[in-house]
Amino acid sequence: MIRQDGPGEGLDLDAIVEASITAGEETISEMSVDEVAARPPRSPFKVAMRRFMRHRLALISLVFLICLGLVAVFAPIVAPADPNAVDLTSLRSPPSPGHILGTDSAGRDVLSRIIYGARVSLTVGVAAAVSAAGIGTILGLIAGFTRGWVDSVIMRIVDIFLSFPSLIVILLLVAILGPSVITIVVVIAFFEWPTSCRIVRQMTLALREHDFVLAARAGGASNFRIMRRHILSGVVSPLTVVATLLSAQAILLEAALSFLGLGVRPPQASWGGMLNEAQSITVLEGMPWLWLPPGIAIASTVLAINFIGDGLRDAFDPRQTR
Amino acid sequence: MAVIGSEPSAAPLLSVENLHVTFHGDEGTVQAVRGVTWELRSGEVLGIVGESGSGKSVSVASILGLLPSPPAVVSGGPITFEGRNLLSLSERELRAIRGKDIAMIFQDPMTAFNPVQTIGHQISEAIRVHDRGVKRAAARDRSIELLSLVGVPSPAARFDQFPHEYSGGMRQRAMVAMAIANQPKLLIADEPTTALDVTIQAQILELLEVVRRETHAATILITHDLGVIAEVADRVLVMYAGKVVESTSILPLFQSPRHPYTLGLLGSLPRLDVNMETLFSIPGQPPDMAHPPPGCAFAPRCSLSRDRSLCRAEEPPLIRVGEAWSACHFVEEMEHEAEVVSHEVGMDIRVGES
Repeated sequence: MIRQDGPGEGLDLDAIVEASITAGEETISEMSVDEVAARPPRSPFKVAMRRFMRHRLALISLVFLICLGLVAVFAPIVAPADPNAVDLTSLRSPPSPGHILGTDSAGRDVLSRIIYGARVSLTVGVAAAVSAAGIGTILGLIAGFTRGWVDSVIMRIVDIFLSFPSLIVILLLVAILGPSVITIVVVIAFFEWPTSCRIVRQMTLALREHDFVLAARAGGASNFRIMRRHILSGVVSPLTVVATLLSAQAILLEAALSFLGLGVRPPQASWGGMLNEAQSITVLEGMPWLWLPPGIAIASTVLAINFIGDGLRDAFDPRQTR
Repeated sequence: MAVIGSEPSAAPLLSVENLHVTFHGDEGTVQAVRGVTWELRSGEVLGIVGESGSGKSVSVASILGLLPSPPAVVSGGPITFEGRNLLSLSERELRAIRGKDIAMIFQDPMTAFNPVQTIGHQISEAIRVHDRGVKRAAARDRSIELLSLVGVPSPAARFDQFPHEYSGGMRQRAMVAMAIANQPKLLIADEPTTALDVTIQAQILELLEVVRRETHAATILITHDLGVIAEVADRVLVMYAGKVVESTSILPLFQSPRHPYTLGLLGSLPRLDVNMETLFSIPGQPPDMAHPPPGCAFAPRCSLSRDRSLCRAEEPPLIRVGEAWSACHFVEEMEHEAEVVSHEVGMDIRVGES
């Protein structure tokens, strides 16, 4: 220990040094290694889930959608009547204890048709979004990872798709292929994949520059393995958000197609198809039970999906620390 | 050019001959490595020193074929590893060598791990890449064993943690564990201690020493820190402007440097044991590698050159000087020069010579 001048003058260096050493020891013991190791692992996925659970609106929406899904799955049990049973004695009858939401122009129970219609909407929403996201992810990964001319070709195709007035082309395709749930899913997926492709490519371009990708390559991993293990895991979170929003869009598109008479074939119930029957002024003015229930069903489902999308986006946002 | 440091005995583990690496960019062609020749015997620790841009990392990355091409073009060679020319191997054959026979430790353990996967998963993955037959549970056991070997406390609990739950030093230990997972014959450590703080640097160097004893792997240690080199290396290559300017065993490098650049590096080393008035610094900037100057690349900054026309006109070959190799026209004046510089700095900068 070096003393500047004589003892007793000014600062007592020993005391200061000693104090700082004990302070140092304290901080070290506070963060003892075993203690750190004993904490449960904080997986980024779990952190995101916890954040999502705090998003009230998204949570309510999720519960709503789960209920809707259960109702759709168990429609034969839940529905009060056969959705296609024609009752010529009560055409367009207003809500009553026998028919809670009334009957339509063929005397069919509106509530039962809404319940069965949920099957179509949810199937189309989920199937179209999953296939669109699937196609988009594969092509986006390839484009972003290989770059070069492959990237250019894929992205020009994306540009072409995005510059199409998709609804008109979809109408045309459905008219040619013949309306059915499968056709609708295929056609919607065919036109919705470019959005997810762009996002996956963008994420891939950013992720492939990370050191851990180089480290994986230095460890002998193949391109396919790197894509699967390192790129895909980084892409999943934004992709979930996009896929959620895509499914909302798909439901709206299906409703629009059915409304235009190019959706599922009547008499199968679908929400858009039910709106189709409510085109006349007399129905609009005098019989709200024909168009209000399917309208509300479509709007609330799409809204719920969008809220979930928002919740997921917030949950995956790395800038949020909640 | 003669092979550096060769002894007629056993064949070297790795030999690099006349390696050139150029980058073709928008602003012309950058010659990152300009004809480098060296070799490494098994079990040996080779240090490669040089400042940023001297081509040390690039020349090593080209061994594993890790340079993105384009823009990088590797020419010259061969690079012979266990009798095979690495430059002529297919991507598939190279993949089988990467991480298995030749493993790499990266500079920054913060970024070299995937933040969304557990450390244990990533080490297991490194094992399973090369041996598909290994079951998940077996890979886990082996990974925990590796973590404990590199001194990660409570490795079983640490296995399931994410990189952000590790401290910097721990993460570098895990990095070493991952590198030695497949018992490589050659370990390349690219500035393994640069991103760590000084107290942890020493621990990691010690760990590398332990690992070398355990695995008998030859090691290439890339660094700009002569202190690190002194700690672990058997032999040293000093690189400047994409070329080897001096190659020697560790002690002669510090006792009697044979190149003015090495002398400059030694002079700029802060010393704790002597009271230094000023730290020596090498004047000027390293040359623009898109347009390397004719003659000796170090000449404009060289205290020995003093504008002698030979330095500017002719590129000095790497010649044998006693036990060492040096690329300097006036290598015989180095003894005197070392004394001059020592006098300027106010102490003998040659370590171990008194």
